[in-house]
Amino acid sequence: MTPTAPIAQKPRTDVNPVRIYTLRIDGRDVSGREDETILTVARQNGIFIPTLCHLDGLAERGACRLCIVEIQGSPKLFAACVTLVKQDMDVITDSARIRDYRRKILELIFSERNHVCAVCVVNGNCELQDLAVKLGMTHVRYDYLNPPQSVDASHPRFSLDHNRCVLCLRCIRVCKDIEGASTWDISGRGIHARIISDLNQPWGESETCTGCGKCVQVCPTGALSEKGKSVAEMTKRPQFLPYLQMMRKEAEI
Amino acid sequence: MSPPTTKTRIATIWLDGCSGCHMSLLDIDARLAAVAGSIDLVFSPLVDTRTYPQNVDVCFIEGAASSGEDVEKLHLIRRNTRQVVAFGDCAVTGNVPGMRNRFALREVLTRSYLENATHQPRIPDRDIPHLFERVRPVHAFIDVEMFLPGCPPAADAIFEVLSALLEGRPPDLAGRARFG
Amino acid sequence: MTLTIENLQEIAKTETDAVESYRYRINVCMAAGCLSCRSDVVKASLEEEIRRQGKEKACLVRGVGCLGLCAVGPLIDISPLNVTYQAVQPSDAPEIIGSLTGAPVSRLLLPADQPFFSRQKKIVLENCGIIEPERIESYIAAGGYEALYQALRQMSPRQVIDEVTASGLRGRGGAGFPTGLKWTTVYKARQAVKYVVCNADEGDPGAFMDRSVLESDPHRVIEGMAIAGYAVGASRGYIYVRAEYPLAVERLRRAIKQAKRLGVLGENIFNTPFAFDIQLRLGAGAFVCGEETALIASIEGRLGRPRPRPPFPAEFGLWGCPTLINNVETLANIAPIVRRGGGWFAGIGTEKSKGTKVFALAGKINNTGLIEVPMGTTLREIVFDIGGGIPAGRRFKAVQTGGPSGGCVPEQFLDMPVDYDSLREVGAIMGSGGMIVMDDGACMVDVAKFFMEFCMSESCGKCAPCRVGTTQLFGILERITAGDGSIEDIDTLKELCDLVGATSLCGLGQTAPNPVKSTLRYFENEYTAHVRRHHCEAGVCAMGKAREATT
Ligand SMILES: Cc1cc2nc3c(=O)[nH]c(=O)nc-3n(C[C@H](O)[C@H](O)[C@H](O)COP(=O)(O)O)c2cc1C
Ligand code: SF4
Ligand code: SF4
Ligand code: SF4
Ligand code: SF4
Ligand code: SF4
Ligand code: FES
Ligand code: FES
Repeated sequence: MTPTAPIAQKPRTDVNPVRIYTLRIDGRDVSGREDETILTVARQNGIFIPTLCHLDGLAERGACRLCIVEIQGSPKLFAACVTLVKQDMDVITDSARIRDYRRKILELIFSERNHVCAVCVVNGNCELQDLAVKLGMTHVRYDYLNPPQSVDASHPRFSLDHNRCVLCLRCIRVCKDIEGASTWDISGRGIHARIISDLNQPWGESETCTGCGKCVQVCPTGALSEKGKSVAEMTKRPQFLPYLQMMRKEAEI
Repeated sequence: MSPPTTKTRIATIWLDGCSGCHMSLLDIDARLAAVAGSIDLVFSPLVDTRTYPQNVDVCFIEGAASSGEDVEKLHLIRRNTRQVVAFGDCAVTGNVPGMRNRFALREVLTRSYLENATHQPRIPDRDIPHLFERVRPVHAFIDVEMFLPGCPPAADAIFEVLSALLEGRPPDLAGRARFG
Repeated sequence: MTLTIENLQEIAKTETDAVESYRYRINVCMAAGCLSCRSDVVKASLEEEIRRQGKEKACLVRGVGCLGLCAVGPLIDISPLNVTYQAVQPSDAPEIIGSLTGAPVSRLLLPADQPFFSRQKKIVLENCGIIEPERIESYIAAGGYEALYQALRQMSPRQVIDEVTASGLRGRGGAGFPTGLKWTTVYKARQAVKYVVCNADEGDPGAFMDRSVLESDPHRVIEGMAIAGYAVGASRGYIYVRAEYPLAVERLRRAIKQAKRLGVLGENIFNTPFAFDIQLRLGAGAFVCGEETALIASIEGRLGRPRPRPPFPAEFGLWGCPTLINNVETLANIAPIVRRGGGWFAGIGTEKSKGTKVFALAGKINNTGLIEVPMGTTLREIVFDIGGGIPAGRRFKAVQTGGPSGGCVPEQFLDMPVDYDSLREVGAIMGSGGMIVMDDGACMVDVAKFFMEFCMSESCGKCAPCRVGTTQLFGILERITAGDGSIEDIDTLKELCDLVGATSLCGLGQTAPNPVKSTLRYFENEYTAHVRRHHCEAGVCAMGKAREATT
């Protein structure tokens, strides 16, 4: 599969002059290029929108739904990471309704697998944990599903703990689009969806994995980690991504 | 019987926890002394009262609910307490005791009392509380007024909750409390 | 070879003459419902009997598509006698053939004044049960491919679209989006390569409208697609059909081959520069692959998971090209609209819902089967007149429309005219046309649980609210039906319904809460009885003893 199918039809900027739109985000007048998303423009203007599946430098998926925003005049909600800006758009990123929904979505994510921060390798360096703090989610009111999930420690340098996976699929995207190895994929549907390497073989037996570690660095949680790290010792360094992208773009020109 | 008092009546209790949260409570040390004058610790593993008193203002509950006995205690607390604080990750999420939820209770007991036993392997069945199949957080059984995550919660956060309770304002936990 | 209108007319005449040269024409239903009661054997024994009685010159036996009243199949229909026999067995053949000249076999006779037949109005199904789906000549004899000729030779693409717009036709795949508007968007797209896709994934449990059309009249869909291709400027089409419909697949394959051989598909159709080709793509039966963006991904060979819209397929579809996606029934309406004009179509139905709608009647109803009625027909007419009411003397309770994305319509709305807007108003949707009738033996909490289980297992798992939310919702419903629910559970149900509906990525998640919402809206008392009194009025839910934790 290609989880990275083109999401938004971005006008080709090399043949078309780029249009600049003016719009409002949270009552502020801002401007953005026609091929930029609400998320990009909001961040340029220092407006915080929580994200989980989005990562600078990776193709968008619009799947975690934490970045939902309201657009005046529409009853629907829009994922800021995949919605392109439009002229005169009036975006609200932070209403009581949205805050409430975001908190509940986060509760659902926490309820899905087995998150025990106290014994987790990324305790203290985890995007999911940070989101709980940022969104003021102090507890989960839904039933914990406590699914039996496994750990794949077959790789010599890394390990995969399905208990901590939030199915953001950053690993799939970075491995396919940046590393070009396409080791990761997804199997199963709905609540049974899970990450697999190659054809559902142990990661250590993967013939495609180059061992580059990119997936480990972009994984927002403790699902992918370096071996030999004990509780709270693992920190992630996804900063290589925007840098790589920039260098590649320059190489193209 | 203690004389009538205007001090805030505080209780603390352990359910299925490791006592680490209570240790963190004691970590407030110096600052604890400062508020000591305005609180009355009416029930706690740290004092030797046996029965849970009536008219408690605040109860800090450490630990998850894992057995019928835990739930009985929770209901008793709820009946006699104005504000319940889920104190620490075990109380808030199930945390470490909840790690057994992925397995069947039977498997867990077999592993700990039979396979790993060095002396007289036997699964205890008498005089112990009835263990639930699933460990659950405190709010799965009773209403909780305040959640104080952390394993254990930072002393700073505990102190903020305590002062807020004493001052009758909502606590400001931003940046002070997180899971883990 | 390029086909001319004269060729077409000649084929039609030859076919009609050939059929009418027989004194008696016996039509045996060979659609899936009747085939499953061995109508193929019935057909064979009828042919055999005709040979035995030496009546080959006078009797023609034809395998036709669904006659509609599938519940009492196998059905056969004899013209010009105008008799219909039900539940025909192979052993009935001698009697049937023997009685052709005398009185009909009364014990098999389907009463002639059946409101089931007389109350219907057929456009989409006009050929079903009348023509032979496996022979293009039979379709042509019924006026088939004339509309394509008319469109290609006498109308500009713009004019075709104008007719479709004027007809007021709305998409029959579920959402009811105006078809003319969709066509216009694709027409206006400036890219050179465009596609037409026919959505034949039909995944709603209990729905079999599209299946019947494909099995009984496949050429109608092909003609509709070709006209659509001409109108929007596409020269390639795909039919995405589920592999669970082997008969439909086989008949489509055959139909496409016939159409190509005759030249109604291929290059220079009817001597015009227009070329159109159709390929089949088989789906593996995932409900979510009926969602248009997932369907596109599946055709492209990728995992069938939806993506956020916009951009809509009309701008950015198959392989990034503008793509027109329409449902089978939508496309089946196109040829008649072109032939008779948009105004004619707009004269049928209600103000905002034009034409007819095919419904699949299922559940606790006497005449399970396929019907087609004008939009605006009341539920009462559908359920009691056409459907023959509720069996076993039980009471009507509700009807579920729109399957797992829809809602239930209770008794007080029986006199409501059925169209897109009225159904939406009462919390249901038209959906694709499945109608599941429930009697007083149905527990509405159990019904909600059934549909939630369906959505949970069909959720693709891409977005968090649907993936986890449907699982949580199902868990709560399961608890309530087991007698372990609490009053707070009902609040959590409402809360999650709102959340999942508002924040999910695609239509599946956005509509998954509908059955729970609508049963809560009309039957909340049943939920409360389950949690407060551990009582299931209908006696469906086996109330287990309360959970360990609450003791
Ligand atoms: C989960 C889901 C399943 C769907 N299944 C079908 C289907 O089986 N058949 C269909 O025609 N449309 C289905 N649709 C609707 C399609 O996405 C699309 O709207 C439709 O095919 C457009 O055709 P129309 O305009 O002719 O209705 C489904 C939508 C969703 C969200
Ligand atoms: S992945 Fe993050 S949220 Fe999950 S247990 Fe580890 S630290 Fe906690
Ligand atoms: S280490 Fe590199 S190659 Fe291996 S799975 Fe991760 S991203 Fe792919
Ligand atoms: S392993 Fe990590 S990066 Fe991959 S889907 Fe799970 S949480 Fe996301
Ligand atoms: S939260 Fe942590 S410190 Fe507190 S009782 Fe549980 S395990 Fe011990
Ligand atoms: S709503 Fe459900 S089916 Fe649709 S993308 Fe999300 S998980 Fe998949
Ligand atoms: S960050 Fe936008 S949906 Fe995940
Ligand atoms: S299948 Fe024979 S009547 Fe419908």
